[in-house]
Amino acid sequence: MSLTRRNMLLASGAAFAGAMTMSSIGALAQSANTIKIGILHSLSGTMAISETTLKDVMLMLIEDQNKKGGVLGKKLEAVVVDPASDWPLFAEKARQLISKDKVAATFGCWTSVSRKSVLPVFEELNSILFYPVQYEGEESQRNVFYTGAAPNQQAIPAVDYLMSKDGGEVKRWVLAGTDYVYPRTTNKILEAYLKSKGVKPEDIMINYTPFGHSDWQTIVADIKKFGSSGKKTAVVSTINGDANVPFYKELANAGVKATDIPVVAFSVGEEELAGLDTKPLVGHLAAWNYFQSVDTPANKAFIARWKAFTKNPKRTTNDPMEAHVIGFNMWVKAVEKAGTIDTDAVIDAMIGIAVPNLTGGYSTMMPNHHITKPVLIGEIQSNGQISTVWETDGTVVAQEWSPYLEGSRDLIADWRKPLNCGNFNIKTGKCGGA
Amino acid sequence: MNKRLELVSGEPSRNLPISSHKTQFATFSIFSEALAFLAALIVMSLVSLFLSGAVRADEQDAFLSGFTTDKFADTEKTINTLAVSGLPMAAPILEALAGDRLLFDPESKALLIRKSESQFIAAIDGHIEDAIEADDLKKVRVNNAVRRALDAALGSLTLMSPDPAKRLAAAESAYKSHDPATLDLLQQAIEKENDAKVKRMQLAARAAIQALDPQASDSDRLSAIDLIKARGDQDALGLLSKLAASSEGAMKAAAESGIGSIRATLALWGNVQNIWYGLSLGSVLLLAAIGLAITFGVMGIINMAHGEMVMIGAYTTYVVQDLIRTKIPSLFDYSLLIAVPLAFVVTAIIGMLIERVVIRYLYGRPLETLLATFGLSLVLQQAVRTIFGANNREVGAPSFMAGSFELGGLVITYGRMWIIIFALMVFAILQLVLRATSFGLRMRAVTQNRKMASAMGIDTNRIDALAFALGSGIAGMAGVALSQIDNVSPNLGQSYIIDSFMVVVFGGVGNLWGTLVGALTLGVANKVLEPFIGAVLGKIVMLVFIIMFIQKRPRGLFALKGRAVEA
Repeated sequence: MSLTRRNMLLASGAAFAGAMTMSSIGALAQSANTIKIGILHSLSGTMAISETTLKDVMLMLIEDQNKKGGVLGKKLEAVVVDPASDWPLFAEKARQLISKDKVAATFGCWTSVSRKSVLPVFEELNSILFYPVQYEGEESQRNVFYTGAAPNQQAIPAVDYLMSKDGGEVKRWVLAGTDYVYPRTTNKILEAYLKSKGVKPEDIMINYTPFGHSDWQTIVADIKKFGSSGKKTAVVSTINGDANVPFYKELANAGVKATDIPVVAFSVGEEELAGLDTKPLVGHLAAWNYFQSVDTPANKAFIARWKAFTKNPKRTTNDPMEAHVIGFNMWVKAVEKAGTIDTDAVIDAMIGIAVPNLTGGYSTMMPNHHITKPVLIGEIQSNGQISTVWETDGTVVAQEWSPYLEGSRDLIADWRKPLNCGNFNIKTGKCGGA
Repeated sequence: MNKRLELVSGEPSRNLPISSHKTQFATFSIFSEALAFLAALIVMSLVSLFLSGAVRADEQDAFLSGFTTDKFADTEKTINTLAVSGLPMAAPILEALAGDRLLFDPESKALLIRKSESQFIAAIDGHIEDAIEADDLKKVRVNNAVRRALDAALGSLTLMSPDPAKRLAAAESAYKSHDPATLDLLQQAIEKENDAKVKRMQLAARAAIQALDPQASDSDRLSAIDLIKARGDQDALGLLSKLAASSEGAMKAAAESGIGSIRATLALWGNVQNIWYGLSLGSVLLLAAIGLAITFGVMGIINMAHGEMVMIGAYTTYVVQDLIRTKIPSLFDYSLLIAVPLAFVVTAIIGMLIERVVIRYLYGRPLETLLATFGLSLVLQQAVRTIFGANNREVGAPSFMAGSFELGGLVITYGRMWIIIFALMVFAILQLVLRATSFGLRMRAVTQNRKMASAMGIDTNRIDALAFALGSGIAGMAGVALSQIDNVSPNLGQSYIIDSFMVVVFGGVGNLWGTLVGALTLGVANKVLEPFIGAVLGKIVMLVFIIMFIQKRPRGLFALKGRAVEA
């Protein structure tokens, strides 16, 4: 079955992908004097819903950089491939980008499993990947720059907010997630964190559902029941992708209001809300490092440019888009600092690079290959936007190895010399994990 | 009502002598009640006079300035003072805040209420403000804490509203917030109330406040606990748990016995609820599978593109709603009724095209049909993605499908209820078509013996095309219903195709009743299992069960018998 599926995918996508490759080959012939950027985002299949936008934003950034004269006097050129939400295909396409198209850097992946599947390729062929999505942490690779949030840049501040007076002094927690690595790891970290804050085990309910789960009646009823113990209850949702819409529809229908049981989500942004009537959801929360509603000149300019580029005045912006903006600008600066696109030189030049983010501050690339980010908590509005109700004072440094997990507590990542290690154990003094 | 208004407006003394003329013994008790009521009102009006005196017109500015600091804590504080201020503008201001229509000018700090896109009135006195640049204004921002304060404040302001629905909502919010500050007002509202339903809610709200008030007398509190216990819902359980945690002695014992009895009834209702959920899930499965029961069950075609027909039906709903929203918004509540026949026609035509162009050449070659239709499903998905974009589309719920109601301890959402009704209707109509029309007769004839039917003069070619169109059309209608509970995205169909095949195979290939029973059984079994073993394991257990079941009964629950099986 899986073989047929692959064949069918290839066959039916042949015309589509063919057109892409043709155009990139055509471009290859006429321009040896350009710097190529790989874009590795799914344009078909399940993840197309989220990743197509990121491809578009990369094309826009490259076009804008070219208007400014490119990098190192050369024009940039985008090489777009479609890994079709198929994880092994991500690795194949990455290999093609690096060895055939000779890209200087690649911007791509969304799910953790797609990132894990391309990691060995980037390591083997020594190339650079910018990964723009919030993820579970517990990783730091020399060839990868993580521009999305680690758990302490999203999940933990969100829980802190809910425990504060402003957030309603929540005492009881439902951790609901889709059943895969990101929610499982995040919830493990959160559970340990909550317990360290004195929350009793019976006040934590953990629930996992399959990908694309669409019948939420039982779980929403359970949440209501769990929330009726007289203690203030909140739901921390790591539900991913398509399952969110039916979840929120069920919440709205069952009358779970944000004033009674708030739901804070880590994977729901403006893009996902576009498919929903948000009036019954007003007040439910989202934790990100960027919202479209953020009122800064940089963000206003970005949104205006984005709407003009896509020729669609209704297009929304979201957090992973901002991550790509930051990552791309960092890469441009690092290349200019290194004076070359040589992978090793650029990797070394990246650390310490600071560029303005869209929320009015600066994000810096740290030695652990993660960036500093402000954390924003926002409430869903009736117009589908999320408005900030709380934010951290400054930016937060990523903890790629969580201090709340056994085994990762003693690890640090530092890609500067002399350490040059992604999982240095401070107890044993050795590189290579536990 | 009139009298009260008069009093509040500041002429309390004139009314007393008039009522004191009445000395008839029979009316005495009413009279004394009225007197007590009037006295209470006088006190109230004096208080409000005093307060409005305290907040003089020139000070109102400073009084409302809490809204213009752009801090949630200030907003919350101002709401609470405003609610008891007695200002005539209090209710409009709070309503505007709740509706996102309260704005302020960051420069002059003037507070404004938006009446329409470009029309504003001043929040202080309600006079119309011209020449306002809407772009310069900032919204008074609201968070959940502010929203809670706002609900409570609006609740106390609307407890005596002339509209019973508003009074009910106010009483419900008082029941939920059980804020002791609303007790006096609630007391007055209860005395005046004549709508039984509203009164019951108000009494519950009063009980909730009294039960949690350590200052109230023990007998009051105990009877309040009884009243809450009798409500027996989850809010009541929450209240009593809170009470049990904060009190001791007799009160704690009473609360705990209340908790016990509510838990027991809730557990009973929980089982009923699970079965209802199961029926609801079953009806969704039935809708998704019933079209397949015709194409796969009756015609024997393994149609992997069946899910995409569902998806196209959902997109038809989106297009219909989009057109209605932009052209004739008043028809929005009928959008689904319009979408159902349209989705049927659109998907039936697509289905017929598929049959004519692809499937007719592949009859009797199941493997090739499977591959071809799987390819088609990918083509259709990508086509929709290209036309509409990869994002989810918003399909709204018409008002009759939004919200929920309670039946005993059972919470029934309208959307799910209508989907169950719709699924059963589709099933009944399909049975009728197959049993009572000549097309149905011919279709059954072709199914049972193609050659014989052909020999009898039935155009089997035409029947095949029509049957496939019928199956696809029904899938399209299912899409209209599923757009209400699931994503409208190009992947919508994929998530239902496996479940649909499961239902048809389990129920018995070629038997519509089997599909009905199969869908409902799987739905109920799934939902009864879910609370115990979780959604992920539940799904696995169901699949394992079906694998074993098919081993034992390869032809499903309701196997066809006789020569048709061999054909």
